[in-house]
Amino acid sequence: MNGIHDMGGMHGMGPVNPETGEPIFKAPWERRMFAVLMATFTSGVYNVHEFRRTMERMAPADYLNASYFEKWLHTLEGLLVEKGEIERTELEAAWGAVK
Amino acid sequence: MSGHDHTEPPSDIALRVKALESLLLEKGLVEADTLDAIIDLYEHNIGPKNGARVVARAWSDPQYKARLLENATPVIAELGYSGAQGEDMVVVENTTKVHNLLVCTLCSCYPWPVLGLPPVWYKAAPYRARAVSEPRAVLAEFGVQIGEDVEVRVWDSTAEVRYMVLPERPAGTEDLGEDELSALVTRDAMIGTALVAAT
Repeated sequence: MNGIHDMGGMHGMGPVNPETGEPIFKAPWERRMFAVLMATFTSGVYNVHEFRRTMERMAPADYLNASYFEKWLHTLEGLLVEKGEIERTELEAAWGAVK
Repeated sequence: MSGHDHTEPPSDIALRVKALESLLLEKGLVEADTLDAIIDLYEHNIGPKNGARVVARAWSDPQYKARLLENATPVIAELGYSGAQGEDMVVVENTTKVHNLLVCTLCSCYPWPVLGLPPVWYKAAPYRARAVSEPRAVLAEFGVQIGEDVEVRVWDSTAEVRYMVLPERPAGTEDLGEDELSALVTRDAMIGTALVAAT
């Protein structure tokens, strides 16, 4: 599938700019995101192929702009709603509660 | 906006993650202890020190190395490293004739049990785009110059197979034991974006 995720050989992406001494997680929310994803994955709610498919269907502009763990957030929210594990209304209520 | 009955997600990503975590905890879909244990595991127990032990063993024990290159997954597991994102491992050996480089052009596949979680650059567009089309230029950005007489092989991970590079053992390390050898081996050397130096 020649989607935005299929990046091999794309031009214009610029230098790699590897960072030295990079922490495993760059912010506390990345740590929480990783744990929530691993816990839901391990519980078997979805498999790795479903996860990839959902991430790969992100809108191309969003995909390019999102950091890695942001992509995980978008993907996990989408999958959990799609699978009926959470309702969209519950998610919106949770958003309202943290504001 | 007609959406008075819709709540938009918080623009602060940290809050949006917190909302999801809170909801999942409330519904009992995840447990707080499990989340903390996962974080502790990946911050403290799983990382490139594991892969470095595998490399040091392979450099020290020719039979181990032969078995590692033949069927990596169980041979790595002998040292206690197995599990998520390492279920189907392939180890590729650097030699005087071949330099191996790992990438996942489609996303971020990476051998977690031996290397931990991947660095940001591994998951970002420039590396994914260019590692396959101009690997020598990418290697130069890491300060690695590969001679024209050395073949560069790029391994693009799939959703199942995870690769690890067995770097070349540097000259001058003949007298070192496994502990000392493993201390020389870096994460990038096992991705292929660095060479191992003797000191």
